[in-house]
Amino acid sequence: MASKGLHRFAVLTALATLGLIGVGGLVTSHGAGMAVPDWPNTYGYNMFCFPISQWVGGIFYEHTHRLVASAVGLLTVVLTLWLHGTSARPFMRWGGWLLLLLGVAIAIALPPRRVDGLVVGLTGLASLSASWVWPRCQPSPKWLRWCGLVALLAVILQGVLGGLRVVLLQDALGIVHATLAQLFLVLLCAIALFTSRWWQTAPVRVPPAAGHQLPTLFLFATLLILAQLTLGAVMRHQHAGLAIPDFPLAYGKLWPDMDSESVARYNAQRLEILAVNPITAFQIALQMIHRLLAVLILGAVAFAAWSARRALGAGHCLSRLGLVWLGLILAQVLLGAITIWSDKAADIATAHVLVGALSLALGALISMSLVAASRQNGADYRIANQRPAAESRLRSEPQPSASAGAA
Amino acid sequence: MLKLFALITVASLAGALPVASAGDITGTITLKGPPPKEKEITPLMEDPNCGKLHTKIPTTRFYVVGPKAELADVVVSIEGISGKSTGASAPPVILDQKGCEYIPSILAVQTDQKIIVKNSDPILHNVHNVPAAGSGNKERNEAQLPNGADLTFSFPKPESFLKFKCDVHLWMFAWVSIFDHPYFAVSDKDGSFKIANVPPGKYKLQAAHRKAGTVTREIEVKDGEPVKADFTLEAK
Repeated sequence: MASKGLHRFAVLTALATLGLIGVGGLVTSHGAGMAVPDWPNTYGYNMFCFPISQWVGGIFYEHTHRLVASAVGLLTVVLTLWLHGTSARPFMRWGGWLLLLLGVAIAIALPPRRVDGLVVGLTGLASLSASWVWPRCQPSPKWLRWCGLVALLAVILQGVLGGLRVVLLQDALGIVHATLAQLFLVLLCAIALFTSRWWQTAPVRVPPAAGHQLPTLFLFATLLILAQLTLGAVMRHQHAGLAIPDFPLAYGKLWPDMDSESVARYNAQRLEILAVNPITAFQIALQMIHRLLAVLILGAVAFAAWSARRALGAGHCLSRLGLVWLGLILAQVLLGAITIWSDKAADIATAHVLVGALSLALGALISMSLVAASRQNGADYRIANQRPAAESRLRSEPQPSASAGAA
Repeated sequence: MLKLFALITVASLAGALPVASAGDITGTITLKGPPPKEKEITPLMEDPNCGKLHTKIPTTRFYVVGPKAELADVVVSIEGISGKSTGASAPPVILDQKGCEYIPSILAVQTDQKIIVKNSDPILHNVHNVPAAGSGNKERNEAQLPNGADLTFSFPKPESFLKFKCDVHLWMFAWVSIFDHPYFAVSDKDGSFKIANVPPGKYKLQAAHRKAGTVTREIEVKDGEPVKADFTLEAK
C-alpha cells in the first residue's frame, strides 16, 4: 500500500502541473512564446542563472514557464523514484555518478559552458547523496510503477517539445505541447488517485444497475472535453487574437460570412494594438466549432451528472463530483464568453485554460472511478455466480468418507 | 583594321538610333472618408522599461493622414515585372527599434536587399520575422541586447507585408513588402510617392495599404515622360 507521504507528493506534483499549465496559458495569452529565442539557454545564459533584471515583458512569462516546468520535471522524477521504492536506489546511484562525471567533463572541455557543467554536476551529486538514504519504502505495484515511468517520459518529451517549438519556430509543435500537457495532468491526477488510501481501501461502489452506461457517458463527455482543449490549443497557437470579436453572435450573425471579401473586411476593421496575425476563414470556422462543441459538452456533462444522480442517488460521492464537474463546465462557458467580451484579456483567457484543464482532469478521475467500480461489480457478479455453481458441484461429487479422509 | 572599322560603324549606327529612356512615376495618395480613431498603446506605458522612454501614450499608426487627407505608408508598386531585382547590390534599408516601437512601421525592399535592424533602445528586444506560409522566405527569431550589434535580414522571395515583431514587447511590429524589382515606393507623410527610372511600357500600378486595402490602375510610361498617377483609398 502506498504511503500517505507518497500520495501527498503525487497530489503536490499534480497541483504543480496545473500551475504549470496556468503559466503556459499566460505565455500564449501574452503572445510571449517566442520572447526567449534560444533553448535550453535563455539569452545565452544557463536557464537558472538568467538575471532577474532581464525578466522583462514577454520574457517574464516565457522564462517563468521554463523554470516552473523544470520544477515539475524534478517533482516527476522524485515521484517516479518514490513509486519504485528501494529498487530505485541503484539507478539513482549510477545516474548520479554519470551526471557528476558529465558535469565535470562539460566544465573542463567547454569553459564557456562551465555553469551548465556545474548545474549538471550538482544534480548528479544530489542524486548520489540522496540514494544512500532514500527511498525507503517498498516498490509500488508494477502497473503503478509503469504509470510513473510514463509520466517521466511524458515530462521529458514535454520539455523537448516546448524547446523545439521555440528553436524550430513550429506552431504545430506548440499545439502538441499544449495537448500533451493536458494528458500529462490527467496521468498525474490518476497517480494521485491510485496512491490514495480511499482508492486502495474503500473502492467506490455503484449499483449493478448503473452497468456500463454511466462510465460510458462520463468517458464520452471527458473525450469531448479533450477534443475541445485540443481545438483551443490550435486556436491559441494561431496567434491571431480573437477570430470572432462578439458573442453570442458572430460578426453580428448566427453564422458569420467567411468568404474572402468578408474576411478581408474583418481584418481591415481590426485595429490591433498587439502583433497578432491577420485572421483567416479557417480560424473563424475553428472558433464556431469551438462554440458548438462547448454547447455539446455542456449537454453531455449535464446529462452525465443527471444520470449519475439518478443511478447512484444524490448522496453518492460520484453524484456530487458530477455536479462539481457541471459547475466547472458552466464556469468555463462563462469564462469563454468573458474572454471574448474582454477582448481576450490575458488573465481571463488563462483562467479559461485552467478551468478547461481542471474539467478534463475531474472528468477523467470520475470516469476512472466509475470504470473501476463497474469492473468491481463484474468481479462481484462472477464471484456470486461462481459460489452456487461450486457448491452444487461439491454436492454432486461423491463425498470422501471419514475413514478415507483419515487415511 | 577591318575589325576597328566594323566597330566604329556599329557604334555610329547605335548612336544614331533613337534610344527609349526611362520615366518617373509620381503621384499622391488620398484617403476618402474619416479614418477610424487610432488606439492608445497602453501596454507600452504599462511596461516599466518602455514606459520611461515616452512622455505621453503613443498610439497605433494605421492611418497616417495629413491635413488634406494625404495618406502615408501606402506601398505603391508596378505589377507584372519580375526577375529585375538589384537588391543584392542596393544600399541596405534601416529598421530601427526606438522607444519600444519599430521605425518605420512600413517599408519596402527588393529581394536579397539587406535590412539592417538596429536597437537604439537601452532595452533588450527580440527580432522575429514571420513570413506567410509557403512564401519561400525564412522565419527567424533573434535576440538583440540593449544597444546591441545590428542584425541583418534579407529575403529571397517577393512577399506583401511580411511582419517583423518583438515577442518581448508584443505591441512592436512592422511590415515589410518585398519585390523582385526596384519599381516601388512608400508614400510619404504628404501622401506623395515617386518611382524612378521605369522603362517605357504599359503597366498596372498598385497602391496597397495595410488597412485601407489595395487599388490598381493602368498607366503607360512613354519615352522619358513623367507619369502622374494619383490614388484614392477608402477608410474602412
